[in-house]
Amino acid sequence: MTVAITAGVLVAGAVYLFLKREMLRVILGFVLLGHAGNMILMAAGGTSRRAEPFGTPEEPATVADPLPQAFVLTAIVIAFSITIFMLVLSATGTENDDTTDGANDPANGPTDSADGTSQPRPARHGARTEEHP
Amino acid sequence: MTALVTLPVLLPLLAAALSLMLTRFATIQRLLGLIVLLLIVLDAAWLLQVVDSEGPVVVQLGGHAAPFGITMIADRLAALLLLVSAVVTLSVLLFSIGQRITDYGRDTSSTAFHPMYLVLCSGVSLAYVSGDLFNLFVAFEIMLAASYVLITRRTTASRIRAGMTYVIVSLAASLLFITMIALVYAATGTVNLADLADKMGALPDGIQLGLSLLMLVVFGIKAAMVPLHFWLPDSYPTAPAPITAVFAGLLTKVGVYAMIRTQTLVFDHMESWTVLLVLGSLTMIVGALGAIAQDDINRLLSFLLVSHIGFMLFGLALFNELGMTGAILYVVHHIIVQASLFLACGLVTRHTGTVSVNGMSGVAKAYPLIAVLFALPALSLAGIPPFSGFIAKIALFQAGVQEATPIAYVATGAAILTSLLTLYAVGRVWVVSFWGEPSTPHPDPDPTDELIVGTRVTSRSMTTATGGLVAAGLLIIFVAGPLSGISERAATDLLDPSSYREVVLGDSAIAGGGE
Repeated sequence: MTVAITAGVLVAGAVYLFLKREMLRVILGFVLLGHAGNMILMAAGGTSRRAEPFGTPEEPATVADPLPQAFVLTAIVIAFSITIFMLVLSATGTENDDTTDGANDPANGPTDSADGTSQPRPARHGARTEEHP
Repeated sequence: MTALVTLPVLLPLLAAALSLMLTRFATIQRLLGLIVLLLIVLDAAWLLQVVDSEGPVVVQLGGHAAPFGITMIADRLAALLLLVSAVVTLSVLLFSIGQRITDYGRDTSSTAFHPMYLVLCSGVSLAYVSGDLFNLFVAFEIMLAASYVLITRRTTASRIRAGMTYVIVSLAASLLFITMIALVYAATGTVNLADLADKMGALPDGIQLGLSLLMLVVFGIKAAMVPLHFWLPDSYPTAPAPITAVFAGLLTKVGVYAMIRTQTLVFDHMESWTVLLVLGSLTMIVGALGAIAQDDINRLLSFLLVSHIGFMLFGLALFNELGMTGAILYVVHHIIVQASLFLACGLVTRHTGTVSVNGMSGVAKAYPLIAVLFALPALSLAGIPPFSGFIAKIALFQAGVQEATPIAYVATGAAILTSLLTLYAVGRVWVVSFWGEPSTPHPDPDPTDELIVGTRVTSRSMTTATGGLVAAGLLIIFVAGPLSGISERAATDLLDPSSYREVVLGDSAIAGGGE
């Protein structure tokens, strides 16, 4: 029950953060969502059995299931590395990380210092002037 | 024999580490990548031959018994896709090496490109051969992490936004994947696919259906199934041509493969699955209509990619032997054809200096070779006989008509309509861009930017790579007989997974007894 509520609160927080404009909030939302997934994964192994799984031979009724823990460990490492990558993306993507209106319009977008990209790209972006809020 | 299964995963991964150390020696780094991928092609061809004659090859990593250890298994489907993917990755690497040399000179090397590309190949191979659900998740993550780097490499702010869409959608799918694994594990106590096949049947119908739909959604996002396809046409065209080619050719197809694998092996679908038939038909129609509306040639091809995913879903949804055979043939055909189209398109845009269909004309007159390289896969995609698309499509149409339920007829009708719309979409490109008098090429605004479109030199290896891949697509016509044979046997295996289970769990019982 506690795990279910915790996962629910984490998902709610994640959704709240996804609705924000700044990329940083969205990334933090993914951190929360990742943890919610991990909580569910932990719950899959049963939360009542807590004894250590290796070493002393124990009753199977009290020993914790090691497999979900191993899964969670893997998932945490993966989520962590992807989070770092996304942080780098949001930092290098633009000088400020807001997703503002018309940000997809090359004329409004921040110009990359090296190549002054705003001019020559209508060919590629000509067909896609739509969608994003 | 077991090394044949592990090598396509280990070799590129180790080579990626080596490649990272060799960033100062551009030539050696390039050779390393090409040699490794060539080895994988040979390995996969050998594996396919072994698997087709002797049955699936299983590796229990670390010698742990099957439901507890990590299983890697190559059956006919996995080996076939491994071979096709290896051919595509090799051609695309050759193409991108050519492109990089012409853009940055012979001695320059990029730190990230070669290692990440090899990691991507490793992840794709692992996805094909992994025998348990969590390993499949890890394979997807390896593949996706590499693809995040490749799609956002050397780009500018506005394109990082598009890359960000891709990263966020993929990440959301991954988190859903891990939740799905948690629920599957909670319900059955195992993640081994063969073991799951045994235990899933004991669950109540509602839970089975829920898990099956959850898997459909998770892999549907990866495979760009309508209505989960919105991210694809926005993000794929923002990558350089060879990267788009390998993404379009492989990543979505790995999603389709995972879908085929889990739905046939784990769940017991006895008859055609209406939900998937409807989704498949929608995918075909929506994608094709989207393609017609596009002016950017890369976006047009991306929508066609979405549309043709529908054909594979259609074949899978029928859950009969003919449908499954058609789906497998379609995956094989589409991996090669879609990748070669994107490569050919990369050549076209480098010569004309624009991605706008209306902005170029007379390509056929100015660059006849490139026009041929575009036309052959385009005709194949539309399903004109005798190209590979025709062989795959006719198998699917037969399957749909044989099923003879109203919804199957509707889906078959949608498939035929989509073929015509595809022909219209590529025909329009042909008429507008390839016929007529050659237009003045658009000048190159910034030679140092890989992605800004403008007239560039092309190297011989780019044309060779495209030509090779187109030739591989044509080769399907000549090996259609044996290929259909293998696909049919693979389809039989998929629909009767008892041999798969026996090989995985039976071997482990023997190994377990020995310890």
